[in-house]
Amino acid sequence: MMPLTFLMWLIAALLGTAVLAVTIVRMRMAPWVIYFMALAISILLFTAVLSCVSRTFAITQLTLPVGLPWLGAHFRLDALAAFFFVIVNIGGALASLYGIGYGRHESEQQRVLPFFPAFLAGMNLVVLADDAFTFLLSWEFMSLSSWALVVAHHREENNTRAGYVYVVMATLGTLALLLAFGLLAGPDGNYAFDAMRAQTRPPLWAAVLLALVLLGTGSKAGLVPLHVWLPLAHPAAPSHVSALMSGVMTKVAIYGFIRIVFDLFGRADWWWSIPVLAAGGGTAVMGVLYALMQHDLKRLLAYHTVENIGIVFIGLGLSLAFKAFDMATAAALALTAGLLHVFNHSIFKSLLFFGAGAVLTATGEHDIEHLGGLIHRMPWTAFYFLVGCVAISAFPPLNGFVSEWLTFQAILLSPELPSWGLKLLVPTVGGLLALSAALAAACFVKAFGITFLGHARTAAAGAAEETDSWSLAAMSILAALCFIVGVLPGLFIDALAPVTMSLIGDRLPSQLSQPWLSLVPIAESRSSYNGLLVFLFIITSASLTAVVIHRLGSRALRRGEAWGCGFPGLGPKTQYTAGSFSQPIRMVYGTYVFRAREHVEMRPPGDLAPARFRAEIHDLAWELIYTPVATAVSLAATRLNQLQFLTIRRYLSFVFSALVILLLVLALWR
Amino acid sequence: MHGLSFDIAHLFAGSLVLMSFMLLYQDRLYALLNVFAFQAGVLALSVTWQAYVQGAPHLYITAMIALVFKAIIIPVVLHRIIVRLGIHREVETVIGIGPTMLAGMALVALSMVVMLRVTADADSLAREDLAFALSVVLLGLLMMVTRGNAVSMVVGFMSLENGLILAATGAKGMPLVVEISVAFSVLIAFIVIGIFLFRIRERFDTVDLQALDRLRGDQFREEAR
Amino acid sequence: MLDAGIQGVQMLLVLLLAPLLTGYTRKVRARILRRLGPPILQPYRDLLRLLQKEVVLAENASWLFRATPYVVFAATWVSAALVPTFASGLMFSWSADLIAIIALLGGARFFLALAGMDVGTSFGGIGSSREMMIASLAEPAMVMIVFTMALLAGSTQLSTLAGFMISPVAGLRVSAGLALIALVMVAIAENARIPIDNPATHLELTMVHEAMILEYSGRHLALIELAASLQLLLYMSLIACIFTPWGLAAQGASAGSELAGAAAYLVKLAIGGFLLALFETAVAKMRVFRASEFLGAALMLGLLGTLLLFVSRSL
Repeated sequence: MMPLTFLMWLIAALLGTAVLAVTIVRMRMAPWVIYFMALAISILLFTAVLSCVSRTFAITQLTLPVGLPWLGAHFRLDALAAFFFVIVNIGGALASLYGIGYGRHESEQQRVLPFFPAFLAGMNLVVLADDAFTFLLSWEFMSLSSWALVVAHHREENNTRAGYVYVVMATLGTLALLLAFGLLAGPDGNYAFDAMRAQTRPPLWAAVLLALVLLGTGSKAGLVPLHVWLPLAHPAAPSHVSALMSGVMTKVAIYGFIRIVFDLFGRADWWWSIPVLAAGGGTAVMGVLYALMQHDLKRLLAYHTVENIGIVFIGLGLSLAFKAFDMATAAALALTAGLLHVFNHSIFKSLLFFGAGAVLTATGEHDIEHLGGLIHRMPWTAFYFLVGCVAISAFPPLNGFVSEWLTFQAILLSPELPSWGLKLLVPTVGGLLALSAALAAACFVKAFGITFLGHARTAAAGAAEETDSWSLAAMSILAALCFIVGVLPGLFIDALAPVTMSLIGDRLPSQLSQPWLSLVPIAESRSSYNGLLVFLFIITSASLTAVVIHRLGSRALRRGEAWGCGFPGLGPKTQYTAGSFSQPIRMVYGTYVFRAREHVEMRPPGDLAPARFRAEIHDLAWELIYTPVATAVSLAATRLNQLQFLTIRRYLSFVFSALVILLLVLALWR
Repeated sequence: MHGLSFDIAHLFAGSLVLMSFMLLYQDRLYALLNVFAFQAGVLALSVTWQAYVQGAPHLYITAMIALVFKAIIIPVVLHRIIVRLGIHREVETVIGIGPTMLAGMALVALSMVVMLRVTADADSLAREDLAFALSVVLLGLLMMVTRGNAVSMVVGFMSLENGLILAATGAKGMPLVVEISVAFSVLIAFIVIGIFLFRIRERFDTVDLQALDRLRGDQFREEAR
Repeated sequence: MLDAGIQGVQMLLVLLLAPLLTGYTRKVRARILRRLGPPILQPYRDLLRLLQKEVVLAENASWLFRATPYVVFAATWVSAALVPTFASGLMFSWSADLIAIIALLGGARFFLALAGMDVGTSFGGIGSSREMMIASLAEPAMVMIVFTMALLAGSTQLSTLAGFMISPVAGLRVSAGLALIALVMVAIAENARIPIDNPATHLELTMVHEAMILEYSGRHLALIELAASLQLLLYMSLIACIFTPWGLAAQGASAGSELAGAAAYLVKLAIGGFLLALFETAVAKMRVFRASEFLGAALMLGLLGTLLLFVSRSL
């Protein structure tokens, strides 16, 4: 059987699981059965794609007789689709594994279980779609099933609002994509992707197309200022679904962007890279600055997703610029950097969300200001979460550093670009990228430090228990993956070679044949990095030091009280809170970016009422863009509402004038 | 003229831009004056180097004028004015120092792009020096616009003129007459500003621009009645 | 074989010289302030004394607190061993370029900040939050400096950079000058020297680095102090290797030139230590939010250097 047919049968099995879930949802065994089936099918999907990638890659296509009558439903598996397929299914498999343990605590299974396999199926179908109708249908199916999961806990107050914003933004994005596909199809209206590739287009439409694609895929991916639904919706969903939405669904959006811009549109102009680079750089910094102001753990992680999407778009923008100027090797480097970051982010973001879910189940608290000291109560969760934090802050020898290093190397190749606008924009974007990486490290010191370290701030945090072994298994696999990609990045970069070959026509030199397995993107004399050696050096030095010190020095250890300036009995209230940790950064950056102000009300001496401290932050994207639009829409709606209350004579005159106007138009057009 | 002399000329021009950034960074008046004196000294060195490299002896006189007037006399006089008028020693900025420096960066980028595109077929040494000179001029203007204190506006104006001198000496063949007349006109302007500062201080007891702004219009109308 | 030998010698050399540099700087500073000052070999005695003392751990300190000194020391030592000091033919210098070294140091700082938050007192929190604010500006400034130098030399490898700066092709470049000033500013911030932080203060409210390590004692404190000295040595070696690379023995040179390189390196360290002590006594410590403007200026200088190189090849 052709591999693509096999994959389609497996996806049909996923849809079947969703239907099965509806029927058996009342049973006690239901979560076990459904998540096991989802896990099994995802693993099968993932291994099936890997096995056909390992041989030489042939593009396979399939047409089903469903869908539009003159079109059918086209599906295609090429290198790009295979890469994103692997990401979707690794994420899906691990989320199902996590769900076996986590899903037991769900109080309303009927709102979660049927939609989970449907969500996975939707994402798989988007990646395989080869014509506009199938693509948009799968896209909407993916959005709707994830929306259902977002509003699963509908009794919590914020979740209905989150669902509402999500569905509005998703609809806006789909509308933009619909128009974009319409433009791509051209006047003939042939929606198959093969036909779109062969088209030539007038340059006037190119700007409109770019805007529509950025609006459509960018809103799903989370580009600022289209990101506003992300920090509302991702935390509202159950944690394994949040991991899927942040780690995988945003990547499907990036797949859509790459497919349209690099593949369907063909020869993009160099100035396309300017809005992409600017959006990427701005998103990266704004995302992490928003994250620094948060103290809800899952919202913080959701804003970090926004930041990492920005980093991916920086890589994609550089690749577009290089490709337009025929600098193929540099374009391959930039594209590899972006795609590797896509893979890395899906891994460590899922890991972090799984950890957050474990903390939420164990303590019942969203707010990190009510947590603390969990490293003693939940040691394994703490360890895996720490691996995720180190990975996302881009420190060697883990995987986040590799993709960031490759992006920096791509930026260092850009003075060759002949355009003045790019000569000014690229170093600025490089500076923004460096700034966002440093701020991300600060944010994760805060997140890990306040949640897991120190003393417990509430009784709930003090009574937390370690999570079940299924969740821990999922987290450990992800942590191991972070480590492996970090020390053996050559393996994964070589696996990306077919993708860059198909999109750009060039690839990076083979990494597995480099001496000592190091990473040499361009030439040895230029730059190289060996994660394995760095890791070995650190381990050897640390062990050597420990051995020498324990021989030469003393091994004695004693427990005592922490230094409290001489004051006895300082409780957990004296330790730093999330707000106080981020205060210096809020004062340096937030005064301009968020119009952050601090208000202190001090009581006169002798007054026993407590003093109050209030930090005020404005979300400028919301206030300057969405609130005016929403106000205008509701004003217009109030005005138009009068149409509901007219007399019969008025309605008849409306119909009459519409008819007359149409006849006039017909008369004039001829 | 490539090689080391090229690099030294660029180094001086780059130092002038650096000094302009340092002027933007200062928040105390005395430090501001010291940096300004330093900038004038670097300008004198740069003009001396240009005189040596271009073989134009009248530029030595320009360097002497810059050194004596702008590095020594004007800072000392400004120092005396500050002491006599008892001006508040901190520089108030309209926007914070961070955004001011970001704006300065954007202005430098703008001037580099403009100069390097517009003069595409000129001598490359002169082009880049002109780009730096335009940056100094724009940064001087930025300083005049973003400071609330009259003395710092004067310093901004002086540093703007430093940029003009750098541009003029970088492009070969500025006659001494032009230089002397420019220098004298600036000196006259400076003396006039100084006199006005004294009068304003006498009349309104302050030289803070925001306070002076509030007095505009209404109070005069009241007094005319 | 020779390269492996040089690498090994360098690893030991940096470890042995680091406390000496710290002692020398303290002595010069004391002398400028008309005090006698501690003996130059005092840091060695301090380290030996600390190694033999008992560790007192806070009651709720976790495994992270105990592991951090080893992680920090190992990361700093590995980074210091990869920066060319007296010879540029290090065997493993291609395994980590300048960006990787910066990221390694950043990782060490990450763990140190976490250790500061581990004990759950306000002092650790003060140190960690201020340190991360300073790092959020110092690290991008450092990355921009790396960009400037890499654009000049065509590589981010330190040995290639040093080789480029020594060759006559380099000349006196404006962007290199800007990068030097920015690097000095960043080095002051990263090593917690005046005017950003006072390494000799005892007032908790003025501490940044010291507050994070306030709870450490015994052999843990010895490791962290040694790591801090190593970091100072690393930054001085970095400035010496990039901006004053004269005397650096080339790859595969004779033993004589290696010795000459070592002598040149010692002279550069002595001059660097003297200038640092002089600078520290000449300025006062800035308040915390002025440090952000200082580092913002360093970031702007780095950005300006990079911009100049993007715009014109001869700047």
